[in-house]
Amino acid sequence: MSLREGAGHAKVTVHMGTCGIAAGARKIMSALIRCMDDPAVMDVIVTTSGCAGLCSREPMMTVEIAGKAPVKYADLTEDKVKRIFAEHVLQGKIVADCALAIGSEQTL
Amino acid sequence: MKSYRTHLMLCAGTGCVSNGSYRIKAALERELVKHSLQDEIAVVMTGCNGFCAQGPVMTVLPDGIFYQLLTEQDIPHLVEEHILKGRPVQRLMYTPPAEKSPVPKMSDIGFFQKQRLIALRNRGLIDPEKIEEYIGRGGYQALAKALTSMSREEIIQEMKASGLRGRGGAGFPTGLKWELTAKQPGQEKFIVCNGDEGDPGAFMDRSIVESDPHSVLEGMLIGAKAIGASHGFVYIRQEYPLALERLNLALGQARDYGLLGTDILGTGFNFDISIHRGAGAFVCGEETSLIGSLEGRPPEPRIRPPFPAESGVWGKPTCINNVETWATVPEIIDRGAAWFSKIGTETSKGTKVFSLVGKVKNTGLVEVPMGITLREMVYDIGGGIPGDREFKAVQTGGPSGGCIPASLLDLPIDYERLTEAGSIMGSGGMIVLDEDTCMVDVARYFLDFLRDESCGKCTACREGVDVMYQIVSDICAGKGKEEHLPLLEELGQAVKDGSMCALGGTAPNPLMSTLRYFREEYEAHIREHRCPAGVCKALITYRIDPAKCKACLVCNKNCPAEAISGEKKKPQKIDPEKCVKCGVCRDMCKFEAVTVQ
Repeated sequence: MSLREGAGHAKVTVHMGTCGIAAGARKIMSALIRCMDDPAVMDVIVTTSGCAGLCSREPMMTVEIAGKAPVKYADLTEDKVKRIFAEHVLQGKIVADCALAIGSEQTL
Repeated sequence: MKSYRTHLMLCAGTGCVSNGSYRIKAALERELVKHSLQDEIAVVMTGCNGFCAQGPVMTVLPDGIFYQLLTEQDIPHLVEEHILKGRPVQRLMYTPPAEKSPVPKMSDIGFFQKQRLIALRNRGLIDPEKIEEYIGRGGYQALAKALTSMSREEIIQEMKASGLRGRGGAGFPTGLKWELTAKQPGQEKFIVCNGDEGDPGAFMDRSIVESDPHSVLEGMLIGAKAIGASHGFVYIRQEYPLALERLNLALGQARDYGLLGTDILGTGFNFDISIHRGAGAFVCGEETSLIGSLEGRPPEPRIRPPFPAESGVWGKPTCINNVETWATVPEIIDRGAAWFSKIGTETSKGTKVFSLVGKVKNTGLVEVPMGITLREMVYDIGGGIPGDREFKAVQTGGPSGGCIPASLLDLPIDYERLTEAGSIMGSGGMIVLDEDTCMVDVARYFLDFLRDESCGKCTACREGVDVMYQIVSDICAGKGKEEHLPLLEELGQAVKDGSMCALGGTAPNPLMSTLRYFREEYEAHIREHRCPAGVCKALITYRIDPAKCKACLVCNKNCPAEAISGEKKKPQKIDPEKCVKCGVCRDMCKFEAVTVQ
């Protein structure tokens, strides 16, 4: 699924493999969607992806602000999502105490 | 079309050019050639980045690392450290004045640091339900290359040269398997993707299909062209609903895009894929049983030869590969066999996906180059054992595999080394066991699993595994006899010799490997009626140490059998007659007063 396709200033990816869903990724997704509705945020893309590998730290999500390195958040709760959305997605400030790491993995 | 692993976005705005960005460009290109990286890394000159004061500036993509104030002298170091070794050069990075990032880089985290993603290249990056995102990351490029510019022989040659071996467990060279199938006479041939993942604690295939279904389809398409197959089957477990859903979506999208069906990419190549759902029998992972199940017969193995390459699904030449193998194929075709065969060990090339589970801090799905040691897997990637417990063993290869003890922690992981150690690579399950695990109980668990899953066709497997289970259960129950151990070894050998397929052929492995490395635990059970790890219920008693008991009564209130009694403010006592040995008291006691003997 994907909300608000196209260009945006930020993209939030919720990792929804079986492990993520079992750890509560659907709740995280719902919390995120609530954050988008009130007040209506139009330039943030919310999308899903598969397992990010570190299953023991699920639910996880990745926040990418246009032009910046992606940041992975782990061990999420609905409250943490609210904070991350308000501080990182909207204001660009990384929520350091919830963040797992910044950047991407080595592929190929 | 050429694709690059990394783009170096060097600013060529007026400000940076006057600070010498073209000299930096020349220096970068020199260094890239020196390390033979020119085909993997592209230097791109961009427009003004706006940060002229810090120029020349450069952004490394996809890492997203920003370098500033570059000089020619910095470049050799930068290329070697960051581009070659993947370690960004802190000193050249921009640090915003007041704010230092307290968040580590992905590459600083042990779990991610040693991984190298090939089969899992798109994990967590793309939306698996959108073919556009797969294509956006270079997907179906290898298919285009294979269909338009490579002959069947060239594809097979490339696969053989890559050294890729079957990721399902047996490790048969993939290129050779393709060649054997391609050589068979006959118009109709099939390919099969084996997604019948049944090892307890293993979820590699599920995760690949869930996070990147198109990579499997693309691999199958390339294989179909090489072999000359017109139809493919994905055999996948019904217990994987999300994987099934995403695979179905992916198939529909690929058909809509003309990547499946007739005249694919206008090349006259026809191929389609259908899904066959398995009901969850472990033996279906064995290829001849899988074929039986696909045809609607009971899943029972049959004698090979003829191998499926000669006579497979409905008697037609059939090539069966595992999910992970198929997912790796596109990258080999895209980047070439030489690139792939540089990774890994002498006999085992490339990377392998493992599901790292059990008593480790970081559990999850990891993809590492072959040849990495077990120690790196357990301690660097896994983060060690939780709760300061001692490491005891790693169980690899699932019920067909064995347990590798601490003395072999520095063993490099490849097909041959694991076999020498009495285990197997298998499909990639890796279960870490700590000191609280009883190895006899582990053997009992796997034997129990296998006696259920044996299809019953071969007497040795059907009866032998069951008898081994009964004996090991007796040992766990304190009824073990001295003569049991040689009998188990003899039985294990008989089951190995007398079984037709790999299920029976490897069923004694968990037992034999624990007997080989942890014989003293079996002996303690038999001779001293003692379970050293404190697991086997018949051999242990729970006791409360009166010196340590603080009379908080937590154990007393939580005991489900009401076996704990004692007055307030006095040490508590466990009644061994009532105690069911559930361990709740030990888990709840904050003062470690409950001991197991």
